[in-house]
Amino acid sequence: MADVIMVPDISRTVQKWRKKRGSLIMALHEVQNRYGYVPRNVSLQLAQLMDVPLARIYEVVTFYNYFNLEPPGRNNVAVCLGTACYLKGAPEVFDAHKKALGLEDGGTTGDGEFHLQSVRCVGCCGLAPVVVMNGQTVSKVRPEGVRDLIARCRKEA
Amino acid sequence: MTNPNGYESLPNAIINGASGPTVSCRINGSEVELPDGTTILDAARLLRLEIPTLCKHADLDPTAACGLCIVKVEGTHKMPRACCTPVEEGMEITTHNAEIMDVRRTVVELILSKHPTDCLTCGRNQNCELQTVASDFGIRQAVMPNIAHDLDRDSSSQALTLDPARCITCGRCVHICQDIQNVHALCFLDRGYGTRIAPAGVSLGESPCVRCGQCSAHCPTGAIFEFDETRDVWEYLMTPEYHAVVQIAPSVRVAIGEAFGLAPGTNLTGKLYAVLRRLGFDAVFDTNFGADVTILEEASEFIQRFLHGRGELPLITSCCPSWVDFMEKFHGDMIDHFSTCKSPHEIVGVLTKTYYADKMGIDPSRIRCVSVMPCTAKKWEIKRHESMSASGFQDVDVSITTRELARMIKQAGISFLDLEEEECDPVLGDYTGAGTIFGVTGGVMEAALRTAADLITGETMEQLEYNTVRGLDGVKEAGVEIAGRQVRVAVAHGLGHVETVLNRIREAREAGDEPPYHFVEVMACPGGCVGGGGQPYGVTNEVRMARARGLYSDDARRTVRKSHENPHVQMLYKDFLKEPLSAKAHQLLHTRYQARLTYTR
Repeated sequence: MADVIMVPDISRTVQKWRKKRGSLIMALHEVQNRYGYVPRNVSLQLAQLMDVPLARIYEVVTFYNYFNLEPPGRNNVAVCLGTACYLKGAPEVFDAHKKALGLEDGGTTGDGEFHLQSVRCVGCCGLAPVVVMNGQTVSKVRPEGVRDLIARCRKEA
Repeated sequence: MTNPNGYESLPNAIINGASGPTVSCRINGSEVELPDGTTILDAARLLRLEIPTLCKHADLDPTAACGLCIVKVEGTHKMPRACCTPVEEGMEITTHNAEIMDVRRTVVELILSKHPTDCLTCGRNQNCELQTVASDFGIRQAVMPNIAHDLDRDSSSQALTLDPARCITCGRCVHICQDIQNVHALCFLDRGYGTRIAPAGVSLGESPCVRCGQCSAHCPTGAIFEFDETRDVWEYLMTPEYHAVVQIAPSVRVAIGEAFGLAPGTNLTGKLYAVLRRLGFDAVFDTNFGADVTILEEASEFIQRFLHGRGELPLITSCCPSWVDFMEKFHGDMIDHFSTCKSPHEIVGVLTKTYYADKMGIDPSRIRCVSVMPCTAKKWEIKRHESMSASGFQDVDVSITTRELARMIKQAGISFLDLEEEECDPVLGDYTGAGTIFGVTGGVMEAALRTAADLITGETMEQLEYNTVRGLDGVKEAGVEIAGRQVRVAVAHGLGHVETVLNRIREAREAGDEPPYHFVEVMACPGGCVGGGGQPYGVTNEVRMARARGLYSDDARRTVRKSHENPHVQMLYKDFLKEPLSAKAHQLLHTRYQARLTYTR
């Protein structure tokens, strides 16, 4: 993974929160929003700049679902495992994704192309089973159609 | 194992009688008056009622993590946790009845449902607080499906093994590592069922861990334990070509008895020498001898700096490897203040492979040096720098903890306590009272002052005991008069106490003022080595004090109590090293330091 250099505007924001009690989470929000995840070398800089142990940063980042330690893929694949999708065969659809991408839940491919995650109910149970690919809802997905879906996504990107 | 929540650990206010405001309450029907703020747990102990707990430890603030110490309070349907609920006026508390026991049993069953069941191959088998509670509650079958995590062990620090699958998330190790030691190597990652103990995104060996092992000394289960190296020792003992040499640290002698049912502080020096010979060692030495040599070098270094202005003041002691690691990682600006003198076991190691080998005509490549230490960090120290191989070989080959030696003795089936006391081998063995007190906070300072006073005045001073540097206060400051000059000293133990002392030094340095101290001693573990991370389980301040008393009475019994008066040390200098700080002494007995990264990635 290429080194991520802390850009000056984040550094300034971090300085803003420094020494303010309970503000670590605010600074982490800014990092997450800026990079889409919390890169380790940014965490290390943050620890130094804010005079907070890295252990504390990791406790916060791993506690809240909002933060990620891994970079998001260029393509985000969210497979719904909500009740309706589940009953309509979502586990098989999810397995097909795992197999096709060689990933576990929450993983990102080595080339950074795909990030796979399971989600709970995206609110269109009538279309179950549902996959949300880069924000686009794909309806009534069959396990055998997953490879094509991914190939199409790769071509578009 | 003594109970880490032992009766002796009552708040002082209870032991000494209350002086402040009090509250009256009833516990199991008995009327008691207690100091305001006393927790139900402590109040029960006063009445000799043992409420089980797996997270509360006498060294630590309560966290209410395990849920085992629930009690009933009249007038409420809730079951408050005794460890963090203070008694209130008029409270009617029940600590034990059938209903409470039933709830506690369920708590134990819940903990066990997330815990591996392979106790036989666990580092804490037969010495585990969870196992004891499960046994007390007569758990005979798992009533809930087991959902223990499959997590990898981490032995990358080569000093401690982290086995997070066995963690019950009580938080003791995290509390110790973060708040008491100020290291922040361990933390809780993730949440809920997924919560685990680990360093921040790296292995323990790549983390700021200074290997003090306090986490392992406080863990109630087998989630963290010493990196076992007894196999290497057995191999040395089994190989006829090897000349196996062993040494024991000061504080091992007053603690190992606990693993055999004796009271803390029982001095087993003579029996230890005997048992080490029975195990098959060819020569038995004592680290206390090395401590005497350390003092000659370190006191001479101090005089160079104090009287002749050669080097930075204060001089800071460096015999504690966790402290050295901590300084190199967190306080690199203090390197010039550090004594370059090696720690006592390294000194015995290098002298074994040079002086002793010469004297006995043994090829040093055949010698295997084992050190028995109260400490997990010594396992790292023996490889920390190239100067740890000053003899041309690694000076100490393996370092094992008190707990590992206790296991070796049990494996060997030796009736340890029935052995006749023996003497150690004289060449690197005889020690003074000054050497033996190295094992307790303030001991190195006291030993150094005894020698420095004589060397500075050129007379034999009568004062032997420096009581101001004794005891368990986190930072002890004292002024000692030597030859009409005031020597300002500070002693800190428990790494969380070090910052105060270092900041005072920095402030004076920045302001261009006189340094606040001339001489500073630091020990990483609370209480010094008597409270070391490799010592028998169940440490509390009472245990630390008892072990310390064992060393102070060893000191008081010695006819020679100053390091420079040790006849074997004198012979070593006359025949081999010439004088303290000589070229040869520098080559063999001194080391160097380097600033290190807290995280290597």
